[in-house]
Amino acid sequence: MVRELKCDLAVIGGGAAGLAAAVKARRLGVEKVVLIDSPPYVGKLLGGILPQCIHPGFGLHYFKEELTGPEFAERLVREVYDLGVEVLTESYASDLRHSGSSVEVVATSPKGIVKLTSRALIYAAGARERTAFEIGVVGYRPAGVFTAGEAQALMDLFGVMPGREVVVVGSGDVGLIMARRFALEGAKVRAVIELMPWPGGLTRNVVQCLEDFGIPLLLSSMVTKVLGKHRVEGVEVVKVNEDLKPIPGTEEVIKCDTVIIAAGIVPKVELLEEAGALVDRATGGPVVNDFLETTLRNVFAAGNALVINDLVDYAAEQGEWAAESAAYVLGGGEVPREGVKKVVLGRNVRLAVPQIITGLRDTYLYIRVRRPEENVRLVIHELGREVKLPKVRPAEMIRVFIKRDELAGVGDNKLTISIEAE
Amino acid sequence: MVREVKVKCIVCPMGCEITVTLRNNEVISIKGNRCARGAEYAREEVLEPKRVLMTVIRVRSGDLPVVSVKTSKPIPKKFIPKALEVLADLEVEAPVRVGDVVVKDLLGLGVDVVATRSVDKVERKES
Repeated sequence: MVRELKCDLAVIGGGAAGLAAAVKARRLGVEKVVLIDSPPYVGKLLGGILPQCIHPGFGLHYFKEELTGPEFAERLVREVYDLGVEVLTESYASDLRHSGSSVEVVATSPKGIVKLTSRALIYAAGARERTAFEIGVVGYRPAGVFTAGEAQALMDLFGVMPGREVVVVGSGDVGLIMARRFALEGAKVRAVIELMPWPGGLTRNVVQCLEDFGIPLLLSSMVTKVLGKHRVEGVEVVKVNEDLKPIPGTEEVIKCDTVIIAAGIVPKVELLEEAGALVDRATGGPVVNDFLETTLRNVFAAGNALVINDLVDYAAEQGEWAAESAAYVLGGGEVPREGVKKVVLGRNVRLAVPQIITGLRDTYLYIRVRRPEENVRLVIHELGREVKLPKVRPAEMIRVFIKRDELAGVGDNKLTISIEAE
Repeated sequence: MVREVKVKCIVCPMGCEITVTLRNNEVISIKGNRCARGAEYAREEVLEPKRVLMTVIRVRSGDLPVVSVKTSKPIPKKFIPKALEVLADLEVEAPVRVGDVVVKDLLGLGVDVVATRSVDKVERKES
């Protein structure tokens, strides 16, 4: 049976960005807000990845208080519930169509299909984990290979230990934090393997997740093979050269029964792309302007579906920002498409969001560098703006606030961002 | 005896490299920090390192089999293995609410263990 539903704002995704967006939209007076996500009821499993991230470090910006993931999620879920957001539970957005004035979302669930017609949409579907196959790990497919998120769900939602002797592939914050979780629960973490010559995650996580437990970090290394036929028996690790290519003769075998793939996450944008939105190759997320509007009118994006964030607080911030924009267009506001500025990536800048600046409102710029540097300046050339940065690292997103007034007199049709030596 | 200890600060994402100088196990200088919290962290890290501990403990008749918990304050690192042993043997009865104290005064350290998630009793589960 197909149920038809009309609303002012549809939100796809109930993680930090989607929940914050729904809450903010209701606070700004958007009447009917419908949120789509997969948990079976509006409770502790809503919140995207948050309910299984049981370590502290969340919410310092958004709630001005240090919380664990589930605590952060429960606060937002309570607000979503109190503010009368309609949540389509056990639902998966399976189709998205965009026409000039409205958006149609098909939500599929065990209870049937809901065809949702909305005046605006916030797309906050999050990211997915990269798999072993995407990072060139080959071999048999024995039991014991998990992505970090799978292992985390098993341990911290369902109380199941995935294994006893562990190798973690990838030293981003997720890999480091999982190494610690395993160590705390009594597993032996044999090594964390990192392709780059520097750790992927924050220094503080290298210290408190690896050094605290004496876990070796193998830099400039890659796992080439998973050994074992029925259960993982070990991994073959090889050193890589400056071009990240394996150096013959450096192969070694590390014995383990479990391999955790923590090879990063990528925005989930398939649905948006199929609906016709332009995707930025640098971020993997949609191209947006300073209203966080995609190239589809009245379709906004936020959170890890937009750009991979370091902090849940930024995802929530983008959710609120997208909600402000949605409330603005629903109230008759116009988002200009002409006379806008394009953000141009200069020296040592890998990505920047938003990619387009209308100049009609204050904006944040989220920036990531290509490689680590020290004592540099971030320069926004057309604004004559410079920010001194003692340290830049690919793992750490740079966030710059630009006031609308700053953009007022600037005639150029671009904003060039670069990292320059002191 | 004077000795120098290098500490990588974990207070914020900057990750300052701080040098703490001790004479007969008393801190006589702290260098390389960019803020006061960093100095305090480095002092404590050298004299008595502490961490917030997080884990999960078993729940009887809950809609999830475990509940996530944390220590209400950082505890000395050397007590972490002992603390985990205590928590591994623990089982609580559903329902549990966020913020509920599941262990009062853990190992006599003056720190509680609190739930960071709510777990409902299974009979009350509705969908």
